[in-house]
Amino acid sequence: MAISRNGCEGCTEITCTSTKNVLAKDIAKNVITAYDRVKMRGMSACLFGSTGTCCRNCNMGPCQIIDGVDEMIGVCGATADTVVARNFCRTIASGSAAHTDHAREMVKGFIATAKGETPHEIKDVNKLMMLANIFGVATEGKDKNAIALEIGELALADFGKQDDKPVTMLKRAPKKRQELWKRLGIEPRGIDREVVEIMHRTHMGVDQEYQNLMLQGARCALGDGWGSSMLSTELTDIMFGTPVPRRSIVDLGVLKPDQVNVTVHGHEPLLAEALCLAAQDEELLALARKVGAKGINLAGVCCTGNEILMRRGIPVAAGFIQQEMALATGAIEAMVVDVQCIMQSLAEVAKSFHTDVITTNYRAKMPGAVHIQFNEEDALGSAKEILKKAVNNFKKRGEFFIPQDNKLDVVVGFSHETINYMLGGRFRSSYRPLNDNIINGRIRGVAAIVGCDNYKFPDNNHEIIARELIKNDVLVLATGCAATGLGRVGLVRPEAAQFAGPGLREVCETVGMPPVLHCGSCVDNSRLLIAATEMVREGGLGDDISSLPLAGTAPLWMSEKAVAIGQYFVSSGAYVIFQSLPLTGSKNFHKFMTEGMDEIYGGCWDIEEDPLKLARKMIARIDLKRKELGIDKKRERVLFDMEMRRDLGAGSPLKDVGCHGPTPA
Amino acid sequence: MSKIICSAAIRGAHKITDMAEEKFEAALKKYGAEQAVSFPNTAYFLPVIYSMLGAKVEKLGDMKDIFQECRKLLPPMVSEHNWLPYLAPALDAGMATFFAEEMYEAVRYLEQPEYYTKTEDPTAGNIWLGAADDVIFRKRGVEFVDGTAPGFAAIMGSPADKEVASKIALELQEKNLYIFMHDHSNGVRMPEQLVNNNVQVGWNTRLVPFGDSYTTAVFAIGFACRVAMAFGGIKPGDYRGNLIYNKDRTFAFVMAFGPVSDEWYANAAGAINWGFPTISDYDIPEVLPTGICTYEHVVSKVPHEEIVQKAIEVRGLKVNVAKIDIPMSFGPAFEGERIRKDDLYMECGGGRTSGVEVLISKDMHDVVDGEVILEGKDICDISQGQNLPIAILVEVAGREMQSDFEPILERQFHHLINYIQGIMHIGQRNIMWVRIGKAAVEKGFSFKHIGKVLHGKLHQEFGAILDKVQVKIYTEQAKVEEVQELAKKVYAERDLRLGNMTDETEEVFYSCTLCQSFAPSHVCVITPERVGMCGAYNWLDGKASFQINPTGPNQPIAKGECSDPVLGDFVGINEFVNQASRGAVPAVSCYSLMTNPMTACGCFEAIAAMLPQCNGIMVVNRDYMGMTPSGMKFTSLAGMAGGGAQTPGFMGVSKHYLTSPKLFMAEGGLKRVVWLPKMLKEELKEKLMARCEAIGMPELFDMIADEEVGTTEEAVLAFLKEKGHPALKMETVM
Repeated sequence: MAISRNGCEGCTEITCTSTKNVLAKDIAKNVITAYDRVKMRGMSACLFGSTGTCCRNCNMGPCQIIDGVDEMIGVCGATADTVVARNFCRTIASGSAAHTDHAREMVKGFIATAKGETPHEIKDVNKLMMLANIFGVATEGKDKNAIALEIGELALADFGKQDDKPVTMLKRAPKKRQELWKRLGIEPRGIDREVVEIMHRTHMGVDQEYQNLMLQGARCALGDGWGSSMLSTELTDIMFGTPVPRRSIVDLGVLKPDQVNVTVHGHEPLLAEALCLAAQDEELLALARKVGAKGINLAGVCCTGNEILMRRGIPVAAGFIQQEMALATGAIEAMVVDVQCIMQSLAEVAKSFHTDVITTNYRAKMPGAVHIQFNEEDALGSAKEILKKAVNNFKKRGEFFIPQDNKLDVVVGFSHETINYMLGGRFRSSYRPLNDNIINGRIRGVAAIVGCDNYKFPDNNHEIIARELIKNDVLVLATGCAATGLGRVGLVRPEAAQFAGPGLREVCETVGMPPVLHCGSCVDNSRLLIAATEMVREGGLGDDISSLPLAGTAPLWMSEKAVAIGQYFVSSGAYVIFQSLPLTGSKNFHKFMTEGMDEIYGGCWDIEEDPLKLARKMIARIDLKRKELGIDKKRERVLFDMEMRRDLGAGSPLKDVGCHGPTPA
Repeated sequence: MSKIICSAAIRGAHKITDMAEEKFEAALKKYGAEQAVSFPNTAYFLPVIYSMLGAKVEKLGDMKDIFQECRKLLPPMVSEHNWLPYLAPALDAGMATFFAEEMYEAVRYLEQPEYYTKTEDPTAGNIWLGAADDVIFRKRGVEFVDGTAPGFAAIMGSPADKEVASKIALELQEKNLYIFMHDHSNGVRMPEQLVNNNVQVGWNTRLVPFGDSYTTAVFAIGFACRVAMAFGGIKPGDYRGNLIYNKDRTFAFVMAFGPVSDEWYANAAGAINWGFPTISDYDIPEVLPTGICTYEHVVSKVPHEEIVQKAIEVRGLKVNVAKIDIPMSFGPAFEGERIRKDDLYMECGGGRTSGVEVLISKDMHDVVDGEVILEGKDICDISQGQNLPIAILVEVAGREMQSDFEPILERQFHHLINYIQGIMHIGQRNIMWVRIGKAAVEKGFSFKHIGKVLHGKLHQEFGAILDKVQVKIYTEQAKVEEVQELAKKVYAERDLRLGNMTDETEEVFYSCTLCQSFAPSHVCVITPERVGMCGAYNWLDGKASFQINPTGPNQPIAKGECSDPVLGDFVGINEFVNQASRGAVPAVSCYSLMTNPMTACGCFEAIAAMLPQCNGIMVVNRDYMGMTPSGMKFTSLAGMAGGGAQTPGFMGVSKHYLTSPKLFMAEGGLKRVVWLPKMLKEELKEKLMARCEAIGMPELFDMIADEEVGTTEEAVLAFLKEKGHPALKMETVM
C-alpha cells in the first residue's frame, strides 16, 4: 500500500517534523494513521452533518434539512433553525458530560483522599481554605482532611442537586455576570441535570425555538465551565498541588532509548499520579534493571500529559494528533489509557510492535487492548501492576526509532495562582501589572488558544495563529493539545519573547515569562474563567468579562468538549472563534450565534477557516474592546500632588491610573 | 533587560543573607539567644520585619526564625536558558534582603553601639547618623502627613563631582524631599561631598546620612514602614496594606550613582515591593512596564542634570513650587538649616539689637501691592559682624481679610523666612531674631528679599483672603522703635480678643482632616479651647483655612446641641465625625480622655494616659525619651493612641491644650494631672501656674510629679500622697 507520508489528498500537509521523521522510517511503514484513513475513506465529510442539518433524533427520519427550501424541512416540520440548534445543544451536552464524568471521578478521588483511602494527600491547604470559604464550610479547629471531606461531599452534591439554586462555584463570577445569568434564567442548577434537560428538550417534539434551546445550551455549558470543570481543576490542585512554573520538554524526542517508556493517554490525572508514584518504586526499578532498562520513563499524551506536565514537569510525548506516531516509534512498552480522545486505531497500530495498549477504566474498553482496571482503593497496587506489565515488555522491544532531536524546552505551570504570584511576588501578588500594561497598551489584550488537534486543517494552524497574536502584542493563554502543539514549535519557552511585539516582549522580559502561557489541560479552561474574573476584579478594564480585551479560539477542535468550552466562554462574555462549526446550515441560527449572542452575553461565536484571518479577527475584537474601554489612545502620565493624595482615601475619580488607594480589607 | 537585573538581585540577596547570617551566628555565640537587640529608641522593633511579618525581634534568638523566613524567600539563581519567571522571585529576594539587612544592622548596634551618631546632625568625628529614632521619626512624619515633604530619595553612592552632588541635593531639597544617603561609589560618599562643599547635612536640612554601607538602605525602608503603621493605622503584619499604602502615598524612590553591584540590585528589587522605583545614572538595563510601581521600575543612564526631574516623574509626583525671585534657594527643606557662629555674617534682634515683626490689615487703598520698602542700611552697606536693628511691618488688604487672620498670617513669617537658604529665623513678635549667613551674603542677599518672599508666599498661600501685600523693613533704630510701639498695641488687642473666645462663644468648630492622606479614618475637631493635637492648628487657623479653600481639609462643624457640657458631647460634632471617618468613629467627647476620646493620626505633640493606681492622668511629650509611670515610653504609648482608633485612657494632645480650661473636664480637669516630664513642665510653667491660680489652687503646680520624683506609679503615688494631690480624693474613673 503506497501511502503518501506528507499528508494526503483530502487531508492536509503534515508540517510537524517529528511526525514526518517517524513516518518516514521503515518500521512505521505498516502503520496506518488517521491521515491515511482520511484518504482511504475516499469521501468528504457529509454536508448535512457538517452544517448541522442532519436530524436523526426520531425514527421518522433521518431527515436532511435544507434551509430555505420549504420541501426540505423535517418530517415533523422541524426547520433548519430547530435542527441545527438541537444538534448544537446535543454537542454541548456530550462535551459537558465528558467533563462532568471526569470531574465526578476527581471529586470522588478527592473524598477518598480526604478519608485517607488513596496514596495521595491534601497538598494545597491555601486553596482548600479558599474553597471552604466558597462552599461555606467552617474551618476553625478542624483538620484539613475533615474540611476536605465536607467540601468534597458538597461538591459531589452539586452534580446531582435537584433544587433550583445555582451550583456553588457560580458565585465566583463577576457580580454583573451573575446578575445577567439570573435575569436570563440560565444559572445552572444540578450539573448532571442540565445535560439531562438538553437531552429532553432536544428529543422529538419538545423545544422547537432555537433561541430558547440555546438558553439551555448556555446553561449546560456554564454548568460545565463554572461547575464540573472548575471543580475538577480546583480539587485536583488541592490533591496533587496547584501548578507552579516548571521546566519540561515536549515532543516525541522525550522517549528514551534505554528506558521502559510508558505513555499515559487520556484525561484523568488520578491514574497518572498513581503511575508517577509507582514509577519511583524500588522494586519496579529493580525489575526494570533486571530486564536491561536504565529506568522507567513516563511520558504524557493528550491531556493526561498536560495534567502531569503542569504539576510534575513530566514530559509530554504527543498531543492528540500524534498518538499513533508515538506508537509508531516502536519504543513504547505500554500506552496506558483512561478516557476521552483515545483512537480505536491504537490497538491496531500496537499490533505491529511489542507495545501493550492498556485500558484502565471500565467505561472505556477497546478490542485488542489489555484491560487492567484501575482500582482507586488500591491505586498504587493498580499502578504497579500496570507498570510491571510494561517493564516486562521491554525485552520484547524490537527495532525502534526515537526522533531524539525532536524535543523542545517548555516552561509550564501557569495556573491562576502562578500568574497572580509571578506578577508581584509573595508580598505584592496581583493582576495589577497585567491590567496596567493592558491599559497602557504594552499588552494589547489576552487571547486563549485551546482545544484539540485535527486533520481537517494543517497541523501548523495553532502556530500561525499564536505567532500572529504575539507579534501584535496579544498575550496568549493556551491549554490542552493546542498548548502541546505550541510547545512543539518553541513558543512556550521564555526565549520566544523575541517573537512578540515590542510591548508584549518588554512585559515578558520583565516578568521572565513566555509569550504563550501553558495553563493546563482542557478541563483547566476553568482557570481562564478565573483569570478573566480576576482581571475584572483588579479594576480598570470594565466591570464584566465582556468588557475585557479578550478573545478565544479552538481552531483545530475535534472533540465535542471544545464546543461546550466555547459556549461557556461565550455565555461568560467572551468572543470565541473556531475554524468551523456545524451551524452554518441555518442562516437564522448562524446569525443568532455570531451576532444575537453578542447582544445578550457581550460575547459571541465566530467562524473563520484561514488561520491568519482568524488571528486578525481576534485582534480586531480586542481592539474593539480597547476602544469601548477608552484605552485605545495614548494617555498622559498622572502626577500626584498632596491634594490628590488626600483624595485617595475619599474615593478619587482617578481610578484608572496606577494609584488606587489602600486595598479595602 | 530585566533578566540581568533579576539575576543580579537574586545573587545579591543570597550574598547579603549569607553575610548577615554569619554575623548573626557569631553574635549568637558571643552574646547568647537572650541578648536584647533593637534599633535605638523605637517602638517598632526592627520595623521592616515587624511591619511585613508582624514579628517582633527583641532578642538575638528571635532572629533565627526570621533567617528561616529569608531562606524560604530566597529563590534559586535564574538559569541561562529556558528560565522560569524571575520577577516575582527577585521581588521576594529583595524582601529577604531587607530582613537580612535589618538584622545585620541590629547586630551592629549591639556590637558597636557608637557606630552611628544617633543624633540629628553629624558629629565632628562621624558623619553617619544611623536609623531614625521615634522622636525624629514622629517629628518628621508630620511633614509627610501635611505635605511639606511628599517623600524621600534613597540615594546609593554619590556623583564623583562634589558640585554635581551638591546641585542634585539642592534640587531634591527644592522638591521638598528628604534625602537619605547610603554607601559610596568608588569610595566617594555623598554626605562627605556635601560637607566638603559647605552644604549643611543632617535631619534639619533633610540631607540625612544614614550609613556607609548599602545595608543601611533598610533604614529608609523602615522609615516608610513606620509611616504606614504610625499614621496610616496599618497593622503590623499587614504587609500588603503597608506596601500599597507606601506605593500610593509615600513618594519615595531609589537614586543610584555609578556602577550597580549585585547587593544594590538586591536592595533596589526590595524597594520595588513598596512601589519605590530606581533611577540610575549608570548604563544598566531598564524595566519600563508598570504595575508594581506606579510607573517605570528601573530607569537608567539618566544625565545628572535631568536626574531629579526624571526621578519625580517616574515616581508620579507633582511638586508645586512657586518660584520666588531671589538669588538664594528657597523651600521647606531649608527651614531647619542653622547658621552657626562660623557661618554668621550678621544678625538682627534676638537680644543683640531691637527686633520686631508684625502684620496688620489696612484698607485697600492704603496698600500698594508688591511694594517692598527698605529704610536704613542694607547688607551691602555694612561689613561682616556689624549687626542692625530690624522691624518687619507687613500691611495687607483684601476683601475677605479679617483682623482674626492677622496672627495667622504673621505666624507664617517664621517658616517663610527660614525657607530662604542661608537665613535663620527664630522666635516671633518682638522677640524675633534673624541670622544672616555668609553664604547668603555671597549670593547677594538683601533685606528686600525678605519682603519679596513674604509678598510672594502670602499671596500664594492666602490669595483667597488677601489681595494686596506691602512690606516695610526698617533697619534704623528710631523707625524700629516706632514699629515696636505699634506692635505692642496690636498684640494687646489680639490677646484680649483671643482670650475672650471660648467654646461657648462660638457656634462653629472646625474639623481637620489634613492627615487623612495618611490616616484615612482620623478626624480632628478643633475648638477655640482645644488646639489640634499636632499643636500646629488652632481654631482660627481652621477658620482661615476654610476661607482659603472651602473644600479643603478644614470644614466648619456646626456644633449643634450640647448634650453633655462636661464630656463635651455635641450632636453636630458626632454627626460630622461619624460621617467624615466613614463610620469608623461614631462619637467624640471633646473634653474626655476616658469616654470617646478623640482619635489621632500619630503626629501629636504629647500623649495623655490614665494612671489607674494614682487615679490621675499623666502627659508625656514627644521629645521625652525616658520611661513614664505608665510603664511605657512615648513611642509605645504612641502605638496605643495613634492610627485613627479610639482607645479610652490614651489620647494624643497638643502641649497647649494642657493650659486650656477645657482640659480633661470630664475627668476633673487640671486637678487630675499627676505627672509631666520636667522639660514639659518647665516649658509650660508660666501658663500652667496661671491656670493653677485660676482654679484656685496655686499650689497644684508643685504637686505634679515629674521623672525626678519617679517613673513608676508607686513612686508617683507616694509623692502625690505626701503632697496631698487633689486627684487622690477624686472619684475613680476606671
